[in-house]
Amino acid sequence: MSALIEFQKVSKIYKMGDATVVAANEISMRIQKGEFVSIVGSSGSGKSTCMNIIGCLDVPTSGTYLLDGRDVGSMNKNELAEIRNKMLGFIFQQYNLLPKLNILENVEVPLMYRGVPRAKRHELAKAALEKVGLGDKLRHRPSQLSGGQQQRVSIARALAGDPAVILADEPTGALDSRTGREVLAMLQELHNQGHTVVLITHDNSIAVEAERIIRLEDGNVVYDGPSDAPEAVVTARKREKGAVGQ
Amino acid sequence: MKITEAFTLALKNIRTSKMRTFLTMLGIIIGVMAVIVIVGLGNGLSNYVTESFSSLGTNTLTVSVSGRGSSTRNVSVDQMYELVDENSEYLEYISPTVNVSGGVRIDGEQLYYTSTTGVGEDYFKIKNYTVASGRGISFGDIDQRKSVCVIGAYLNDTYFGGSGVGETLRVGGRMFTVVGVLEASSSEPEEGGTDDAVYIPYSTAARLSGTTINSYTITMRSEDYASESKAVLEDALLEIFGDSDSYSVISMSEMLESMTSMINVLVYVLAGIAAISLLVGGIGIMNIMLVSVTERTREIGVRKSLGAKERYILEQFIIEAAVTSALGGSLGIVLGYGLSAIASTVASSAIGSSFTVDPGLSAVMLAFGISAGIGVLFGFLPARKAARLNPIEALHFD
Ligand SMILES: Nc1ncnc2c1ncn2[C@@H]1O[C@H](COP(=O)(O)OP(=O)(O)O)[C@@H](O)[C@H]1O
Ligand SMILES: [Mg+2]
Repeated sequence: MSALIEFQKVSKIYKMGDATVVAANEISMRIQKGEFVSIVGSSGSGKSTCMNIIGCLDVPTSGTYLLDGRDVGSMNKNELAEIRNKMLGFIFQQYNLLPKLNILENVEVPLMYRGVPRAKRHELAKAALEKVGLGDKLRHRPSQLSGGQQQRVSIARALAGDPAVILADEPTGALDSRTGREVLAMLQELHNQGHTVVLITHDNSIAVEAERIIRLEDGNVVYDGPSDAPEAVVTARKREKGAVGQ
Repeated sequence: MKITEAFTLALKNIRTSKMRTFLTMLGIIIGVMAVIVIVGLGNGLSNYVTESFSSLGTNTLTVSVSGRGSSTRNVSVDQMYELVDENSEYLEYISPTVNVSGGVRIDGEQLYYTSTTGVGEDYFKIKNYTVASGRGISFGDIDQRKSVCVIGAYLNDTYFGGSGVGETLRVGGRMFTVVGVLEASSSEPEEGGTDDAVYIPYSTAARLSGTTINSYTITMRSEDYASESKAVLEDALLEIFGDSDSYSVISMSEMLESMTSMINVLVYVLAGIAAISLLVGGIGIMNIMLVSVTERTREIGVRKSLGAKERYILEQFIIEAAVTSALGGSLGIVLGYGLSAIASTVASSAIGSSFTVDPGLSAVMLAFGISAGIGVLFGFLPARKAARLNPIEALHFD
């Protein structure tokens, strides 16, 4: 069976004046439908670059990215917007809710861009908010909610359109550890319900929540395997120790 | 996304920042208001001038003989009458007019505002005045330089208790018998107005003031003959005087036309200046929209990540600019109408007759259309900037 997300030698090269930065170096990987995968690595390792490409916010410099069998690299801006709208649900570190809209309207935004009629939109958005336990705060503004609640709104927004992939970029980065664990539990729950979840984090202890870990270093995949294998978290530490020892 | 959603969104954004929106709209409000009031004033002025002129008779020509220039010749009254007779396909009536200064006395009371004019027998026909009682000035009066007069309704009502015929008054120290009274030209005859007048035979008037007759009022069969009539009179007078500086022929309809076109030019110039404020208003909108795009960069990034196409973002910002501008336009229209109403009242009481400042529906529609158009025009640049933002950079903007 073909993978939901497939990278074939995907590279992203940034040119800054004379210098070139290889943010992704011929990365190849496959993520199947229903998987819960963490992409982990230290700062500058290329996580955001990968997430932007997976999220169809950016296209690779070379190589092929197939999303559900379709080549994203050859798409124009409008097609990318449409793919983001229909196939992807984003969860951001800073929640990125629209401050002037109430939370129901916030969750409706992607549905509006999809052309879902008003009544249906209300219904879907309300259902998604109820699912994350905010069914009683539909008319609240984001600023009236706690950080954890805001992140749950953003999860509801990502969910409402029933996307093929849920992409979470450091979703616990701005939360205290207890609220963070709640959010992680919610992602786990989504995975259990059959959603494909890709979690991007620099934090090993969060990465191990997923069933599979893809570890990046300087734009290269240095580990790709189950999260419970000793190498999944050890690899990096060994290297760090080695570096210190030199 | 439907266009109605974009409108809802625009209204929501406008509602959440009322003060800023109002200040943004101010240029448009003032511009539209100014244009409306100026166009309204122009229309009012135009109407007022047209009305004043038509009461003077747009089918009349005035011939003035100045005697200036090198010529020592002159034209006689008989020659002028002949001239009208000869050109009867264009010209109808003629009357010499002689202004008599020196005031009128009735029962020992000196009247300073009463005008006294020496006229021919057709003068009242030319002016469309009706003799209410008694008779007009006759050829016999003129021929014999009689001391008779026809008076206006104001004098008749004020000094003779409504029955002036047979009474006497003095002009320039000479006693005149009232032989006729004219119908009132307005519902309230007033001092110094059209109805405060004395008409005497032109021959008597010329003798009284010791002048030659040098002014004539002539009517045309139709005001369409203005240029032909003027031409025949000018040709004949040139032949007599051999010098075109010695006389002038003025047609009221031509004067009205040149007055109206002057007013129109004035209105266009002023409206143009007012329209500059619309332009400034448009630039103000563009400025604020550019600020707004920068402030809302993150929002734009979020919307894009959620699947907004460039076209939607473009639409959203253009509609917001257009709604802001059109709202300003509407406010300007309301204020403009209010100001027009005030101006009407003030102007009417100042000139003592009805003066309506009304821009007319078409000017208002145009003003509204232009203000919405300015929003679209000046909103386009900021909207395009918003639409073209790179979603990744926009998402990480703070
Ligand atoms: N827009 C960009 N222009 C130039 N260099 C970039 C850009 N984005 C990322 N990089 C570089 O690419 C490398 C990988 O960055 P990134 O994918 O953001 O890593 P991470 O998210 O793991 O910190 C870094 O060296 C970074 O400096
Ligand atoms: Mg990053």
